[in-house]
Amino acid sequence: MSSLAEPRVLRVGDRSWREKLGGTVPLLVLLPSILATLLYVFIFTLWSIYISLSNSTLLPSYQFLGFKNYVDLWSSTRWIVAYQNLFIYSAIYVVGAGAIGLLLAIFIDQRIRNEAVFRTIFLYPLAVSFVVTGTVWGWLYSPDVGIQYLVRMLGWTNFNFALATHSQTALLAIMITGVWQSSGFAMALFLAGLRAVDPDIIKAAQIDGASSFRTYTRVILPTIAPIFVAVLVILLQFAIKTFDLALALTHGGPGISTTFPALVVYDLMFDRGQIGQGTAAAMMILLALAAVLIPYSLYLVWRRRRISHG
Amino acid sequence: MAEATLPSTRALDPEATAARRRYVAGRVLVYGVLSVFALLYAIPLLVVVFNSFRDLPEIAHNGLINFPHSFSWDAWGQAWSSYCVGGGCNGIRQNFINSVELTIPATIISTAIGALNGYVLSKWKFPGSEIVFTCMLLGVFMPGQVALMPWAFILGKLHLSNSIAGLILIHCVQGISFTTLFCRNFYVNIPDDLIKAARIDGAGFWRIFWRIILPLSPPILIVTVIWQFTGIWNEFLYGVIFTSGSQQPITAALVALGTGGVNVRVYNVSSAAVLIGALPPLLVYFLGGKYFVRGLTQGAIK
Repeated sequence: MSSLAEPRVLRVGDRSWREKLGGTVPLLVLLPSILATLLYVFIFTLWSIYISLSNSTLLPSYQFLGFKNYVDLWSSTRWIVAYQNLFIYSAIYVVGAGAIGLLLAIFIDQRIRNEAVFRTIFLYPLAVSFVVTGTVWGWLYSPDVGIQYLVRMLGWTNFNFALATHSQTALLAIMITGVWQSSGFAMALFLAGLRAVDPDIIKAAQIDGASSFRTYTRVILPTIAPIFVAVLVILLQFAIKTFDLALALTHGGPGISTTFPALVVYDLMFDRGQIGQGTAAAMMILLALAAVLIPYSLYLVWRRRRISHG
Repeated sequence: MAEATLPSTRALDPEATAARRRYVAGRVLVYGVLSVFALLYAIPLLVVVFNSFRDLPEIAHNGLINFPHSFSWDAWGQAWSSYCVGGGCNGIRQNFINSVELTIPATIISTAIGALNGYVLSKWKFPGSEIVFTCMLLGVFMPGQVALMPWAFILGKLHLSNSIAGLILIHCVQGISFTTLFCRNFYVNIPDDLIKAARIDGAGFWRIFWRIILPLSPPILIVTVIWQFTGIWNEFLYGVIFTSGSQQPITAALVALGTGGVNVRVYNVSSAAVLIGALPPLLVYFLGGKYFVRGLTQGAIK
């Protein structure tokens, strides 16, 4: 770039056509991706906004309807339940997976033997799809063959465990499964943060006589605050996109007790032929994501400024 | 530990004994908690593995969560080639092949594009390149639901509805955001002086890429490939919406299998099918997991 062009500054005039062409190669390489991003991020969003404001039902139509789809959506019980579920689920899932992830990361960081074995076991659920996870946990929750059956067979014949089949507890079943799936990922991120803490700070705290508990709460954890925020945001956006897990585990049931916004979108678009309303629901998911991600990006910008200004 | 090998006279010192006891208690707590969690994480996988080898009457009698008292490969064979899913009774073989044909090209193409983009955006910056990067970043967070209708329209226009090629296209376009993010954040740490020196020696865009950037890339390429491979293999929404029947990738077939309207659950065959569906990403992860965690912290979460 500019600094690199310095030796040639004197003879800028006679740059050969080859060199000029060479300067455009990076742009040409990037161009298809720029176009794809433009299409995927901006045109698709605008397009979907328009469909959500149109009277599309079985097929997309471009007759403008206004906000009726949004009004209809927010007056349906199913959608309200879905949005409520999303909030409850997100809160408990993020806190649960984050807390277990942090606990495991701290324990793994105690110079233990077989660290690789533990790490692998904690992380493997991440490689398995939500579909597989949901299917298998559905079996475990099933009263006829799963956990309840096992405990009853062991002698506690009055034991009841049917989380996924009662509408009051089915959401809890999805939460537990979600935490099981994602806490290993939180662990990996926390562990990476812990390993990056300057060992001198820790040593200094220990020389000052701080117990290991205090060393963590007062010295180590505050220095990895950015990791906490990153884990929070990553898990939140997993939660907002929850679809496969709920579909494979409970199908949104019993009744509508475990329905999620993403399930409502699917249902409206492909089972009920309400494309306009379904797209309106999709836009609400986008809105929820924006509510998480815009503050996060502002935080990142703020942090970078603060670091660069010393 | 050093203390353990010290002369035994130290053991008589009450303070040292107390410290030693505290240390042992701490170790017991650490290993105890880690082992309990490890068991909780491992059990679902063990249950599925065991059940794929048990026969059905035994499962019905002893429950799903139990050690195998019978052993056969039958369930694997059935799941692979003769079990009835959806319309046909050909097992999930075709769906597995579909997923392979989808995942491998989509992973390679999107990773290659990401590497090139990352290279341009970190080493050949131009006015506005930061804005381009930020826009690409937005793609990481786009929920698939927003893109469903536009994709349906585009796939229809390109005559790619209900085809693996259509899914490859979708995953390549959507993958650009992730792969570019990973590679760009990794390449930023390669010293600019290295590139500068090469340019003064007369190396051009491609030469620098092949000779300098690519040889330094394996750590981040491993992360990107694992991320894309597991992500595309495990993806469900697009698979189930844009393909049907024998064109479906394996995740869609597994859901169909779970809800096939069969009265009696055939747990052993389902277990084998679930394992077949989970095996490729698990294998990729077990082989490359070590690099994945390390690389994730180098490139992804900066």
